[in-house]
Amino acid sequence: MINRRMLLGLVPAGVLGVGLAGTAGWMATHGDPASTGIGGPFRLTAGDGRTVTDADFRGRWMLVYFGYTRCPDACPTALQDMANAVDALGPDAARRVALLFITIDPERDTPALVQDYVSAFNAPITALSGTPEQIAAAARAYRVYYAKHPRDDGGYDMDHSSIIYLMDPRGVLVGNFTHETPPDAITTKLRAVLAV
Amino acid sequence: MSAHLFTRIALLACLAAPALAQNSITADQPWARATAPRQSVGGAYVALTSPAADRLVGASTPVAGRVEVHNMTMDSTVMRMREQAAGLPLPAGQTVALTPGGHHLMLMDLKQPLVTGQTFPLQLRFQHAAPMEIMVQVAPVGSRGPASAAMPGTTMPGMAGHEHAK
Repeated sequence: MINRRMLLGLVPAGVLGVGLAGTAGWMATHGDPASTGIGGPFRLTAGDGRTVTDADFRGRWMLVYFGYTRCPDACPTALQDMANAVDALGPDAARRVALLFITIDPERDTPALVQDYVSAFNAPITALSGTPEQIAAAARAYRVYYAKHPRDDGGYDMDHSSIIYLMDPRGVLVGNFTHETPPDAITTKLRAVLAV
Repeated sequence: MSAHLFTRIALLACLAAPALAQNSITADQPWARATAPRQSVGGAYVALTSPAADRLVGASTPVAGRVEVHNMTMDSTVMRMREQAAGLPLPAGQTVALTPGGHHLMLMDLKQPLVTGQTFPLQLRFQHAAPMEIMVQVAPVGSRGPASAAMPGTTMPGMAGHEHAK
C-alpha cells in the first residue's frame, strides 16, 4: 500500500501530462505491477459504432496500446509487434488474447478510421475511439500521457506514451513493453502467462 | 517492377557508381513503410553519406503533398516527433542513417497508399549538393528496415537501392 501511495504521489490521477515515465521506471525497479493502479474502466466506440467497455474483455488477456493513425513510426511498430506476438502463439492461444488500439487523437481518428487503419495488420485488432472526454478517461486509467504539439501550418502532431500494456483476464496489469521491445520478448511473456 | 529487375538495376547502378562517387552524396537503401488504409502520413528512411559537410534541407515526392525532415525522440516512454526545420546535418564522410526511432522523412498528405513491394521517386534537396532523385521501396507496415526478411529486392545490404547524386 505504501508503494501504491508513492506511485499516486508521482502521478496524480487526473493530471495527464505527468509522465508515465515515472510509472514505468518505478515498475521496472519495484515490480508488483498489480499495485500500480494502471488499467481500469473505459467506455469507447468501435468502428461499427458499437460501444465497447473494458468489461467486454474480462476472461481474455489484453495487449493495449494508445497511439494515433498519423504516427508514422512508433505506432505501426508497436501494433505490428503485438500482432506478430499473438500470431506466433498459434490460433488457439491467440484467441485468448485481445489486441486493443486506442487513439489519443479522437478529433481526427474517428471510430471508422481507426478500424480501417488496424486492418493492415496480420492479427485482429479492436480499434477504439470516442469523445475527447472518453479518451481522456481511458488514458487516465492507463496513466497514458498525450498532448498536442502545434505545427507551424496550424495542424498538430501528438506526443504520447508509447507503451504496450499486458493485462490479465481480470484486467490487472501484469507486464508492459514499448515499441522498442524486441518482438520476441512479447511472445515469450505471453507464452509464460498463458502457459502454452 | 519485379524484385529481380529491381535488384539487377540496383546492381548496375552500383557497378557504375565508383566513377561518380567523388564529391557526391550517396543514398543507401531508401525504404518506406507501407501505410494502413486511410493513413494520411508515412515515414521514409535512407542512409546518407556526404564527402563534404552538407545538410539535408528538404524533400519532395509525387505521392505526398509535402515531405518534412522529422526527428522522433523517446523521453523515457513518451514519444515526441518534431520537424527539423533547419534540416539534418551531414558531417563530412559520415553516414547519417534515417531509421525507425530516429530521423525520418515524414510524408504528409499522402495522395495514394504506400503498397508493399512498390517503389516511388523521392527527390532530396541539400544545402550545397545538387538535388538527387532516389527510388524508395515500400516495405510491410510493421517493418523495421531493409534488413528484415520480409522485404524483397534488398538481399544485398549496401547494394540494392544504392544511388548517387549526379
